[in-house]
Amino acid sequence: MSVPTDYLQQEFKQDSWLRQLRGFDWLWGLLVAASSVYAHVRYADFMDNYEIGILYGTAGLLVWLGWTWKPVRQLSLVIALLSLLAISLYGGELSRGESNFFLKYMISSQSAIMWMSALYVMAMVTYYFAMIVRSDFSARVGSALTWSATAMGLTGLMVRWHESYLIGQDVGYIPVSNLYEVFILFSVITALLYLFYEQRYQNRQLGGFVLTVVSAAVAFLLWYAFARGAHEIQPLVPALQSYWMKLHVPTNFVGYGGFALAAMVALAYLLVDRRPSGWLAKRLPSLEQMDDVMYKAIALGFAFFTVATVLGAMWAAEAWGGYWSWDPKETWALIVWLNYAAWLHLRLTKGWRGRPLAWWAIIGLFITLFAFIGVNMFLSGLHSYGTL
Amino acid sequence: MLKNTASTACPRRSVGSVLLEFFGSMNLAITLLIVIAIASVIGTVLQQNEPYTNYVRKFGPFWFEVFKSLGLFDVYSSGWFLLLLGFLLFSTSVCIWRNTPHMLRDMRNFRLDVKEKSLRNFHLQAAWESGHDAETAAARSAAMLASRGYRVRQARQGEHCTVAAMKGSAGRLGYIFLHVAIVVICLGGLIDGNLPLKLKELRGELRAETRDIRASEVPLESTLGVDNPSFRGSVSIPEGGSSKVVFLQLRDGYLMQQLPFSIELEEFRLEYYSTGMPKSYESDLIIHDDGLEQPLRQTIRVNHPLEYKGYAIYQSSFGDGGSRLSMRAWSLDLPQQEPVELQSGVNRSLRLTTTRGERTLEFTDFKLHNIFPVPEDEGSGKKFRNYGPSFIFRMRDPAGEALEYVNYMAPVEVEDRMFFMSGMRSSPAEDYRYLYIPVDAAGSPQRFMQLLAAAHDDVRVRATIKQQLADMVDDDEASRDVQEKMIGSISRLLDLFVDEGIAGIVKHAEENVPEEQRQGAIDSYINVLQGVLGVLYVEVLRDEGIMVADGISEADNRFYDDALNALSILGAYGSPVFLQLNSFEHIEASGLQITRSPGKDIVYLGCAMLMIGVFMVFYVHQRRLWVYVMPHEGGASLLFAGSGLRRREDFEQEFRTLQGELQQAVPPV
Ligand code: HEM
Repeated sequence: MSVPTDYLQQEFKQDSWLRQLRGFDWLWGLLVAASSVYAHVRYADFMDNYEIGILYGTAGLLVWLGWTWKPVRQLSLVIALLSLLAISLYGGELSRGESNFFLKYMISSQSAIMWMSALYVMAMVTYYFAMIVRSDFSARVGSALTWSATAMGLTGLMVRWHESYLIGQDVGYIPVSNLYEVFILFSVITALLYLFYEQRYQNRQLGGFVLTVVSAAVAFLLWYAFARGAHEIQPLVPALQSYWMKLHVPTNFVGYGGFALAAMVALAYLLVDRRPSGWLAKRLPSLEQMDDVMYKAIALGFAFFTVATVLGAMWAAEAWGGYWSWDPKETWALIVWLNYAAWLHLRLTKGWRGRPLAWWAIIGLFITLFAFIGVNMFLSGLHSYGTL
Repeated sequence: MLKNTASTACPRRSVGSVLLEFFGSMNLAITLLIVIAIASVIGTVLQQNEPYTNYVRKFGPFWFEVFKSLGLFDVYSSGWFLLLLGFLLFSTSVCIWRNTPHMLRDMRNFRLDVKEKSLRNFHLQAAWESGHDAETAAARSAAMLASRGYRVRQARQGEHCTVAAMKGSAGRLGYIFLHVAIVVICLGGLIDGNLPLKLKELRGELRAETRDIRASEVPLESTLGVDNPSFRGSVSIPEGGSSKVVFLQLRDGYLMQQLPFSIELEEFRLEYYSTGMPKSYESDLIIHDDGLEQPLRQTIRVNHPLEYKGYAIYQSSFGDGGSRLSMRAWSLDLPQQEPVELQSGVNRSLRLTTTRGERTLEFTDFKLHNIFPVPEDEGSGKKFRNYGPSFIFRMRDPAGEALEYVNYMAPVEVEDRMFFMSGMRSSPAEDYRYLYIPVDAAGSPQRFMQLLAAAHDDVRVRATIKQQLADMVDDDEASRDVQEKMIGSISRLLDLFVDEGIAGIVKHAEENVPEEQRQGAIDSYINVLQGVLGVLYVEVLRDEGIMVADGISEADNRFYDDALNALSILGAYGSPVFLQLNSFEHIEASGLQITRSPGKDIVYLGCAMLMIGVFMVFYVHQRRLWVYVMPHEGGASLLFAGSGLRRREDFEQEFRTLQGELQQAVPPV
């Protein structure tokens, strides 16, 4: 038994992951680092140590994301520029949101979010059109629209963050704190997850399906804003004033996003599965591929949902004095989690594939939806954000 | 998957191994996951741990008993639910017990002894001949794979040599972490759960106290000593007060938990946003403990608890801690006003003997701020207005009937006049109906009360009426007793008016006047009353020392109208007195939650393992590669094969790239 000799290894040596980074990558890293340091200095008075930690943690994450999935850079740059522009246009005066044309119609948070809504719906239509006429060009347009919608949505959130502080120093909070805001987050994250797989598999045929669930979220968003005035920025109740918000909520919504993506792919799967040689089958990815995406989306969702639930428990321990109170929201998180755990076991240990799991993934989305809106609508509990 | 994991159970079929088989079976595991998920729903749709009376009202006595016996009012600590969790716990443990050993072995085992035949059956494989001799071919393949981050072993068996490579074995650790984590978390939770209490209760050593009594009176069988390792209770401490105990809610009752130290509340602070929403509440606590040389002072806020000796103290709620109130009681019935000073406080009560008999005043709450949205029509730019301090009390008559009142301390501005505002309702379900008492120049209800008293003063009233009539009747027997009659009926009308308001007058008319003349009659009644009250009002003004000879000022006129409005609804106010709040001492109470959970660290350890484990399981997966090299016509023939545990598609891609690279390292001829 012998081990390969070094000189041979040298011959086949491949650059390590870090070595493979090019100048641009380092520039990106530097840019993010610099801006987070700036943010730290600029807003030090508004952050406790945990939040400063979160700031740099996020920066690190963003750098890594930008290295592993390049388009993230352009996206972040656009969002950063638009947000900075908005901030400078506001110049510390909320009223400018009404007077300044560019703010009023483009990038005041509410307008940005309206743009996001419109663009996502357009993207869905375009994707479906592209699928029907089998036009690669329109599919690309669909992606472009999705990207821009995402940019607008995130800009909207950033600007809303700033606006909340313009309303009052003591009012300001990170806009992931009520049902209205998390629906924006949900749309954006689901779209991003889809875009990732779109690029990974070099195939845009599922866009219409995934953007359908996003558009549904958008529809709710609009109803919620216009019928309930939910877009009004309201100050936070004491229980929600915590750095945990910044960790718990976004993590949670990566989870939800994953589950939503999986469900929509599952839907496509079932449609093809009904007529394996039908018209849709010709236009959608292979069953194997969809099954694979479905699994990966649920895996991702499950992983993040697990972390989110743990973070939630830790927050609960700090806010309510118990890491687990069987409060309806908590309990439904557990239900969702157990449900997908069962799903994963069936697939992995019992070797289930395809149709039954696809159905299950769709049902799973409804369970998830209940955990995320239903609980606030129908059940009473400690979770004091956004009731309908 | 299970093929090379669970099913490698020992062949001997003893009872034990059958049980293991059962508990370790994936089907049981999955069933449990689903059953528990479904069972958990119950407690979210059915409000848990409410007072039993509520349930009885909701479901009726029969279903109440049924649900109670099923433990549905406290599902998550009911026997059957805990049993389910226990099963999952056991099943997971068995699963770990059976899978861990071979998984660990599997991580180290390179499978150098594979047979060519089995490799040829692999889904992923490629074969080619190369010019290199077997020795070199093997060495070069090994080196290539090693440079791609694979752990590599080589062996030569006679003719051929085998290169076995492996990557991502840590994924198996992920499985172990993940599942051990679940066990650890459950155990930690068990330590903090109220299972011990349940057992004590079953053994009859504990009884939940249901009466509302003072801490000192709580019997021993409902008291838990400081040795109780874990609990979660709450207590409300008024400012300046302190507590050595907390109360644990147990179904429809509570238990009293003693603390090894006492908690004093020095001050409680509540801050509001401009919208009247609470912005923050915080308590200045002082911990008194023999262990400390000087008391420990600490301020806690929501999300910022105090940890002391393994006890965690949280800010959870707030309320009134018995604010002191000093009030002035104005009689609404007596013919002359001498207001009475009263002293009491929130959560205390007061007996009054009034013109209408015994009344008990139960003071239920005091609010320092009352911030309400300003109605749109009001032109002021402000969105919200603070109506200042108010207090709430119930007025109970001997029959036990109670009316609820909310009185505001400061006069309220309505249409640029000031009023004392007092709301009344006969049940919490209703909205308050408000009485607006006009405020006089001195900023007191004095003037209104004087007028009211005058209206109750029969002698004075009769005199006034007489005067009014004087010029109408001439002085003879007949007209004199006509006059007497008129005086009598008018003063009765007046009484009716102040006792029952306009409604009284209308009723009177309906009883005594035929339909067609009724409206006319009512109008003339009102006229007369206005006349009389007007005169009385002028006298009240004169008593105040206001010059009325040359007309009455605009303001005083408006006051009169407001006074009449107030009088006309006084009947419905239902109270013999009006309580005016003179001064108060605001005493707040802070609701603290106090917990002791030694299992917490264990749970967090488990959580850490869970998070690491879940990502490892998903993103680190074990792949195995083999290069089977045989001498072949001077060169060598290579068989390259691979197997991945998961993510076939991804692994297939990797395999094909590696194959390409391998074929460069060991080129085909
Ligand atoms: C709350 C309970 C449980 C949770 C949350 C859980 C979660 C998971 C997850 C997330 C995976 C990875 C699935 C994948 O990689 O796609 C997994 C794998 C697995 N689980 Fe569980 N599990 C639980 C209980 C159990 C029980 C009771 C058993 C045994 C009967 C079990 C046996 C397995 C096995 C054999 C695997 C495959 C491991 C591998 O080959 O990598 N699990 N589990």
